Amino acid sequence: MNTWYALVDSLLPFAWSQHLFMKNALLAILLVSLLFGILGTMVVNNRMAFFSDAIGHSALTGIALGVLLGFHNPLLSMIAFALLLALAISYIKAASSSSPDTVIGVFSATAVALGIVILSRGGGFAKYSRYLIGDLLSITAEEILFLSLILIAVLLTWGLLFNRLLVVSVNPSLAKSRGVPVRIVEGLFAGLMAVIVSSSIQWVGILIINSLLVLPAASARNIAGNMRQYHTFSILISLSSGIFGLIASYYWGTATGATIVLFTALWYLISLLIKHGSR
Amino acid sequence: MITKIDPTVNSEYKSGLACGLCCTKLHGFGVMLGKTEILRDLSLHIHCGELTALIGPNGAGKSTLLKAILGEVAHSGTMTFLDIAGAKARTPRIGYVPQRLDFDAGSPTSVLDLWAASTCRRPVWLGAEKKLRAYARSKLAAFNADHLIENKLGSLSGGELQRVLLTLALEPVPDLLLMDEPVSGIDPRGIELFYQMISDLRQQYDMSIILVSHDLGLVSRYSDRIIFLNRTFYVVGTPGEVFSNPTVIQTFGRISTEAGKIL
Repeated sequence: MNTWYALVDSLLPFAWSQHLFMKNALLAILLVSLLFGILGTMVVNNRMAFFSDAIGHSALTGIALGVLLGFHNPLLSMIAFALLLALAISYIKAASSSSPDTVIGVFSATAVALGIVILSRGGGFAKYSRYLIGDLLSITAEEILFLSLILIAVLLTWGLLFNRLLVVSVNPSLAKSRGVPVRIVEGLFAGLMAVIVSSSIQWVGILIINSLLVLPAASARNIAGNMRQYHTFSILISLSSGIFGLIASYYWGTATGATIVLFTALWYLISLLIKHGSR
Repeated sequence: MITKIDPTVNSEYKSGLACGLCCTKLHGFGVMLGKTEILRDLSLHIHCGELTALIGPNGAGKSTLLKAILGEVAHSGTMTFLDIAGAKARTPRIGYVPQRLDFDAGSPTSVLDLWAASTCRRPVWLGAEKKLRAYARSKLAAFNADHLIENKLGSLSGGELQRVLLTLALEPVPDLLLMDEPVSGIDPRGIELFYQMISDLRQQYDMSIILVSHDLGLVSRYSDRIIFLNRTFYVVGTPGEVFSNPTVIQTFGRISTEAGKIL
């Protein structure tokens, strides 16, 4: 971490970058944006935006379970519950004839309600409201280390899983004919998403986490012609919005996550203009 | 309810480069989806070098049969493949050409992306290597699709997409090629060309082809054998045999099978 602090001091001699919490937040936002920029490509490609939204909302129940079980940090119970929900949705989606939207909607609504009911017992919900909008500025060095471990895990998985995931998204039967274990690949991706969304939710916030996942990829898709460009644009948009959003939120005194989302929305608008301008 | 026509009688054997010795055998295939029985006790013997057309009304279980062969849908019964030596039965290598793609047209997946993702381990987001690009281009050129290599999948016409998917299904050359013909999106001239292409294919490779088809006129002209399937009922035979079956006539009307008379 000290190397990072020294690096920031020498490269960024600004008022905002003098604070230790801003140095931490900057590193954290770089990691989170990279994660979301990568993962978002497939969330958007597979039309799973609603699914990832449900995973985000399930965090409320995850936190509630953590509180009931007496955990100091509800991270574990959040990840566990999100994983359970992700696998349950994948399973029921495959087994039931209802539209996926309905299945996800039912699970998402139930998870939110259950979480609120448990957390609001005795009128104590207010102390959990920080999870709704997130607090990036309070991130600690250990938590940043944890995020970087997740990033490494994601990069490794993305290297091994991506090609198969892409073929599955194009046509599951085609994937099957090429020896891809379709259900396992889909399950792994849902699981990966559950882990990443739950482990970043306390810094980004339940309300906006999905926008960070979806908007960079949705913008990139407007201007990309192949998978490499798609990833490159998505990551660049995610990173630049993260950095600009963090700095802007410092000067405006606003919530960091939401400010970042506004920048990604601006990117989306620009990408739409480029797309229609090039026609 | 099962009518079987002896395939050895009256079946015209087309000589070509294909050996006609290796074969795929389905034995006693049955599929249940929930409580509904889709297929029952279906047994087929498919020789390589033959084009077998799978026809039947909508919802007859044609796509389900393909998915059962692919192993995507659970089924009873067995499938064995005997190679040219005829000695050792093994699981056949299957190539599959889907009817359509499941994702939306805006996805930035190029033809090369799909090719690389299907045939290589190197993650596509790193971009394709020059060698692979040249190889894919040469393979696509065989079906007049090399100019499409950088195009997004969603921007291809029905015929273009079908040619791209066929090229991919032949890489590596499968023992059994399954094709689900698109119902729409291809002009009549394109369909005719496609049938000629498949017709040539079965002679070039030691490969059995099963084609789910909706164009009975072309089927009667180009296929060696026809499977008429309607849920638990099926008939197998040459075009002449199948199109004179009373149930088939009841379903589709009379189809003339003499070459050149289909208009």
